[in-house]
Amino acid sequence: MTTVAGPAAASAEAKAKSQTSNAAAKSKAHRRERGAAWRTRISAIVIVLWCLLPFYWMVVTSFRDVGYTFETTPLPTHFTWDNYITAFSTRLGNHLGQALLNSLFIGACVTIISLLVGTFAAYALARLDFRFKGIVLGLILGASMFPGVALITPLFQLFTNIGWMGTYQALIIPSISFALPLSVYVLTSFFREMPWDLEEAARIDGCTQAEAFRKIILPLAAPAVFTTAILAFISSWNEYLISSQLSSDATQPVTVAIAAFAGSQPHQEPYTAVMAAGTIVTVPLVILVLIFQRRIVAGLTAGGVKG
Amino acid sequence: MSASNVVAPPTTPTRKRPVRAGIRKARRGQARWAIYLIVPSIVLLAVVIGYPVVSAIIMSFQKDAGLDPATGLFVQGGFAGFENYAHWLLQQCMNASGQTISCPPGNLGSQFWNAVSVTFFFTAVTVVVETALGMWFAFIMNRTFRGRALVRAAILVPWAIPTAVTAKLWFFIFSVAGVANAVLNTHILWVSDEWASRFAVIIADTWKTTPFMALLILAGLQVIPEEVYEAAKVDGATSWQRFWQVTLPLIRPALLVAVLFRVLDALRIYDLPAILTHGGGGTGNATTTLSILVVDQIRQGFNSASALSTITFIIIFIVAFIFVRILGTNVVRTQEAQQKGAK
Repeated sequence: MTTVAGPAAASAEAKAKSQTSNAAAKSKAHRRERGAAWRTRISAIVIVLWCLLPFYWMVVTSFRDVGYTFETTPLPTHFTWDNYITAFSTRLGNHLGQALLNSLFIGACVTIISLLVGTFAAYALARLDFRFKGIVLGLILGASMFPGVALITPLFQLFTNIGWMGTYQALIIPSISFALPLSVYVLTSFFREMPWDLEEAARIDGCTQAEAFRKIILPLAAPAVFTTAILAFISSWNEYLISSQLSSDATQPVTVAIAAFAGSQPHQEPYTAVMAAGTIVTVPLVILVLIFQRRIVAGLTAGGVKG
Repeated sequence: MSASNVVAPPTTPTRKRPVRAGIRKARRGQARWAIYLIVPSIVLLAVVIGYPVVSAIIMSFQKDAGLDPATGLFVQGGFAGFENYAHWLLQQCMNASGQTISCPPGNLGSQFWNAVSVTFFFTAVTVVVETALGMWFAFIMNRTFRGRALVRAAILVPWAIPTAVTAKLWFFIFSVAGVANAVLNTHILWVSDEWASRFAVIIADTWKTTPFMALLILAGLQVIPEEVYEAAKVDGATSWQRFWQVTLPLIRPALLVAVLFRVLDALRIYDLPAILTHGGGGTGNATTTLSILVVDQIRQGFNSASALSTITFIIIFIVAFIFVRILGTNVVRTQEAQQKGAK
């Protein structure tokens, strides 16, 4: 991102340099490549700004005084923490604190169930040879593409009839419908790349296949399982459609709480407080994603499923 | 099991038999293990997806509970045939005396084709824009330059933000006194004007989802060996030719999978229009997608809503089917090939 071409850029240029003997052509090619390097740098800056500016705007607005909500200075002129206090206050009927706990609880349940069940299926799909494997894989991939609206009406009626409306299980069960296929798919692709020779070695040393799985493979697979857990958790944490219909004030997750965030006046949107709530919900997630960036990208592109 | 081994065909040479039987036995053992391991997932999916889908289809052929026009009593529906489907597809409603009439303008039934066209409009525009932008992002990230790690990190930020929060964030950016109007020096009513609200949804969706597209395309790009480009360069191909005749055919499988995923995802769009434009925009249905219409209908009658959600599901299924058939996308095989390439 600096104006001076770095050693990396220089070596790339040298590598890509064509082997024309003509000096004029050489300098022309050189100029063209310098231009290309510049275009890359400018594009990179544009992409970074496009991705980060809206997020930055949310964080900055969350520190602005309510009276200066719409100012357009890059930093708040009247810095305040009040919006965070407002965001957590239950005076106006908002339950952000409770909603955070709800989302954590629902996300944890969905992730644990999906991984417990999904790990076994993924192992079989990645490792074992059996008929209908392609069909099972296709079914699971199809399930992950399934539209949430197709589930919501019957579940709405079912949960109303059995008195489950607004309960945690009414929110956990539908989330499994997309978290489980995602987990199976991502795990299957991770498992395919693991060093399975070690399993063979364990088998030769007298382990059964089940023992080899438990003692050798599970510890080896821990990073893959962990990445998948993050993806499953994020997909559950981000869910809105089904939760917005099936949750109550007491069990609503953060996405629903933020979407319905009430201000002091009925028709006045409490922008700064909503931005504060958004920042609270997003920043831990962003940090988590950045820490495990490489693995998450690998999992995302392997599963090819949107969280 | 052992019986079938005993009655092996007599023509089989005796010395080969134990080996074959061993392989067969091992395979059968694997298959048995595979079933044990896979059944829990399949059962769970059958419960959380299969059951609701089947009951939605059954419900869609039932009448909604309501007041009987003849007696004035509250009755449970009964069999409806394709009435609920006709309600949506042909805008047929029941009037007070139980006759079939075309739906009045305010009725949700009359919004069906509008919702279909809004949904397809969003899908077409967002997928085209996101594919083009995603390709650009991916090409930049595939080059070597200082700060590439920063680009790769920054691109994950929009992806990590929940869609509901994204909607609220852009709701603020697009408010009348918000920063979008301030920067553009305009006074556009982004969340209540008919076309402006549609573009507000499209812009927010593009911001949120382009990174995902870029990452999928990048995964396809990284599989292409550098030598291919070198060879094309030596042969005197211009960068334009290299893009159209080398890169594009090579990333085509990865690209098609990415586009397929995005299309299916865009067809069920709900969170953004529901929150950003309060499910309406414009005169009230400028951004009403099929998913929003289903949710609006739920409280007015389960069975009618079930018919609509079944229609939505079938539309998505047909689109996926056409996509796979015409463009020959083999999702599973492409993914496997990509992983092999990445090894």
